[in-house]
This record gives sequence, structure tokens and C-alpha cells, in this order.
Amino acid sequence: MIALLIRRMLSLAVTLLVVSLLIFTVMDLLPGDPAAIMLGTSASPETLAALQKQLGLDQPLPVRYLAWLAGVFRGDLGQSYTYGVPVAGLIGERLAVTLPLALIAILLSVAIAIPLGVQAARKHNGPFDFVAGLFSYISIAVPAFWVGLLLIILFSTMLGWMPAGGFPGWDAGLVAGFKALLLPAVALALPQAGVLTRVARAAVLEVMNEDFVRTARAKGLSESVALWRHAVPNALVPVFTMLGLQFTFLIAGAVLVENVFNLPGLGRLAYQALSQRDIIVMQDVVLFFSALVILMNFLVDLAYLVVDPRLRAGAQ
Amino acid sequence: MRKLLRRPVFLIGLVITLALFAVALLSLVWTPFPPTKMNIVHKLKAPLDFGLLGTDQFGRDVASMLMVGAWNSLSTSILAVLLGASVGTAIGVVVAMRRGWLELVVMRGCDIVFAVPPILSAMMLGAFIGSGRFTAIIAIGVFMVPVFARLALGAALQIWTRDYVTAAVSMGRPRLKITLVHVLPNISNQIIVQVTIQLGLAILTEAGLSFLGLGMPPPTPTWGRMLADAQTFLGQAPWLALMPGLAIALAVLGLNMLGDGLRDLLDPRDNS
Repeated sequence: MIALLIRRMLSLAVTLLVVSLLIFTVMDLLPGDPAAIMLGTSASPETLAALQKQLGLDQPLPVRYLAWLAGVFRGDLGQSYTYGVPVAGLIGERLAVTLPLALIAILLSVAIAIPLGVQAARKHNGPFDFVAGLFSYISIAVPAFWVGLLLIILFSTMLGWMPAGGFPGWDAGLVAGFKALLLPAVALALPQAGVLTRVARAAVLEVMNEDFVRTARAKGLSESVALWRHAVPNALVPVFTMLGLQFTFLIAGAVLVENVFNLPGLGRLAYQALSQRDIIVMQDVVLFFSALVILMNFLVDLAYLVVDPRLRAGAQ
Repeated sequence: MRKLLRRPVFLIGLVITLALFAVALLSLVWTPFPPTKMNIVHKLKAPLDFGLLGTDQFGRDVASMLMVGAWNSLSTSILAVLLGASVGTAIGVVVAMRRGWLELVVMRGCDIVFAVPPILSAMMLGAFIGSGRFTAIIAIGVFMVPVFARLALGAALQIWTRDYVTAAVSMGRPRLKITLVHVLPNISNQIIVQVTIQLGLAILTEAGLSFLGLGMPPPTPTWGRMLADAQTFLGQAPWLALMPGLAIALAVLGLNMLGDGLRDLLDPRDNS
């Protein structure tokens, strides 16, 4: 088990290194000089040369990459061109919005999907199953940012119950913070919930026919006890796998939803960096998000090993 | 045909998708009003007040913009998915043919490419080469490559274990020829189903990109930008935010249902 864990960690490290190299190289291969892009067309040659030197653009690619990587290990992601502050601090600050947003969205989507999926599987082919199926079809098809707009129209413009956007900061208190994140989280959770409902339904259907559930029922356990104690925990594994696989889409959704609700999160940071041509911030945020996705998939893999002893044996 | 009628998911999906294509193609030759023509006098009119679906803040006809938006969204998405499907499938079948270290490298590579959401790669691309249809197609298409590579590899590996392929190998047929004659035709059904489903995802992504201003530049109407513009007028003209979103959702719903229906229809195990 320990050896396996170490091997997995090594492979994770290699993957992350390759990702960083890839992002760095792609950014380098793209036409256009970052310094020129950041300064715009009106910059004087002297300013341009100065910024190129400051960004280390006069160095060859491997040197720049290693310098940047060394910085990443020291927690130094470079200096933001527009904000004039270290990017690491900027990311940390924005993470305080994006992370809770993503967590609430994940919790919401699981809280919607598990009961729906389980009940749909239980009343397989019945009317409830049909409605649950309809729900997942529709929620997968609607863009999260559009749901956000509809929620704003309904709960802010018409009813006036919720703020239409913006974030008061966690200093304004937990309640105010959560209130600002609730509508965006619902918008973000809905498409995820649709996907997860399907997975949960399929997983429960499959597990319900397995021997251990039949045994549990034969032992005299009631249907719902057999279901919730034996079938559902086993069905959770594919649900969490899907959650890991969907993480890319959750991040993409967060970028959009943060822009709809004007939330000062990482997605908005990336977008602002784009419009302000702050290449360093963009590069770091993209790397951060990609690393997060890869880490997430690694954790799902790991959780799989912990949950399923057969895989543990097979993987060795 | 009777078998088709018993598959409502497939039928509904087919009808919606055909309607979407019809509207998109129609917009090339006819729209109720010129979609980019401004008419400030008639700005922000409610549906049926002016035109079928009202007008936006410049007095442009919403119905006409939606029609052209359908074409812009579909054409971008189709090109992106074709890019992803052709490159991904090629990678998948070649890896299935060679296996060994290549499989490991390519699959790791797929994990990595898949880790960068298209919204972010479009932002990076946009910063350097400018945003537009080309950027959107590349960003979405590249993201689709791993999806098709994984699918094609898995499906192709299964075909390689079949007896007729073993027979062909033992007869000394070149592996490339086996791939072209036996593997590709046998995995094409699965690829087609995936193309349909990814098309829905591509439409969603394209809408997101143009919502952020990373899609086709104005004044070209896109569903995403119509939503972005509508955000300023949520209080005054909430219907402006309704229609483009509904169009996106309907298009994606249709394609997803068609994909699911096709999968059931083409799956030999399910023909009982």
C-alpha cells in the first residue's frame, strides 16, 4: 500500500511537471511578445526593452522555465503587472471566494443527485424515474451562466430577496458571505446535479441486483434499510468518480458564473487578467486550475483504492 | 421504422436537431429582418410588440439574431468537434495498433490536455492571437481530442482481440491495413454517438466563450453575446435574457437526446 502510494505520488509529480512545461512552452510558441502584448501598441521601445528584461524575456526558454519553476517552489509566482502585487497573494485572496463557491456547489449537487438518483432507481421505469430523467436531461443542457441570469431575474430583480451580484468579503460576516455565494452556487450545481443523478441512478440499479443486497433483503432487512445501508454506499463510488471527472467543467462553470455575479474569484481574476493583458497572472491561474484538476483526479483515484480492496490488490 | 417510433428519446432528439439545422441553414438565405440592422426607435421592444421576439438595446430583431446565432454556434461547434474527433480517433487507433510505452505517454498526455478547460485555453490563445471563431474552434477542438482518443483506444483495443483480427494478423496482414479495414469501420458507431454528444458540449462551451467576449467579434450575433448584452437590461427587458438561453438549452438537449437515442439504436446488445 505504501509503495503504491509513493508510486502514485511520483507519477502525480511528473504529470504536474509536464503540465507546467507544456503551459509554459505553448505560451512561448504562440505568436506575439508578452511584453508587447502587456504594454499595448503605444509603448516606446525603451519601455518595451525594460519590461522584457524585467520579465526575463531576454533569456532562453529553458532558463526562463527553470527560473519560473524555482519560483513556484518558493511560492513566488511572479509579480502581477496590473496590480503590482505578488501573484501568489492575489490567487490566495481570490481563492477565498472560488473555493467556498465550488464546495457549496459540490455539496448542493450531491445533495440533489443522491436522493433523486436513488429514488429513481428504486422506482425504476415509474413516473418518478421519468421526472428524474427529465430533470437530468434539462439540467445538463442548460448553461450554468444562463441559470445564473435567470436566478438574478427571479430572486433579485423581481423578488428582491438576494443580492444581484458582488461579494461583501468574509469580513462582513459568514451569513452575508454565504448569501452572496448561494445563487451562484445553485447555478453552478445544477448541471453537475443532472450528471450525478444519472450516475447515481445507474449505480444503484446495478448494485441492487448484486448478491450482497439480495442477502441483506433475505436476512429480513426492510427494502429501504437494505437500500440505504448496503446499496447506496456502494453506489457512491461512481458518483464521486464522476465528481472528480467533472471537476474541469466545474471550474469552467465557475469562471463564467463568477463573471455573471461579479464575484471576485479566480475565474474573474483570469478574465480580468485577459482584458488587462496581464500574461503572468493568466499563466499562473491556468496552471493553478490545471494542477487542481489533476490533483482532484489523483485524489479520486486514491479514494478508489481506499474504498475498493479489489483495486488495491489489482493495482499491485 | 416501428422500432424507431418506440424510441421517443431518439425521435425527440432527432426532431429538435433537424429543426436547429434547418433554422441555421435558413438564416443563411433569409431572416425576418437584417440581423445587424439597428433601429434605435424600436429599441427594447417586448416580444410580439415588434417582430416575433422583440428587439434588443439597438433595436435589432431578436428572432433574426437568434437564427444567425444558430448558424454561428453550430458551424463553430461542428468544426471544433470534427477537429477533435479526427485527431483524437487517429491517435486512439494508432496507439491501439502500437501499444507499449506509446499508450502510457499518450494517455498521460490526454489527462493533461483534459485538465485545461477550453475557457482557459481560449483565454490564453485569445491573448496572443486574438479572440474569434478560429480561437474558439482550436480551444474547443483541442479539449475534445483526449475524449475521442480515449474512446477510440478503448474501442479499438476490443476489436483487436476479435478472432477475425487475430486471423488477419496471423495471415501477415500489415497492422495499418487491419486498422483501416477492420478496426475503424467497427468503432465508427461509437465515434458517431460521441460526436453527437460532444456537439452539445461544444455548443455550451462556445456560448460560454462568446458570453465572455472570447467568441466571434461583434456585430456578428452569437447566443452567448446576446446573453452578455442582456445582462445590462435584466430589470428593463428580462425577456432578452430568456430567448438565447432557451435556444442554447434546446440545441444541447436535442443533441444529447439524439446521441443517447443513437447509442441505444446502434448498440447490438440492446436489440432485444
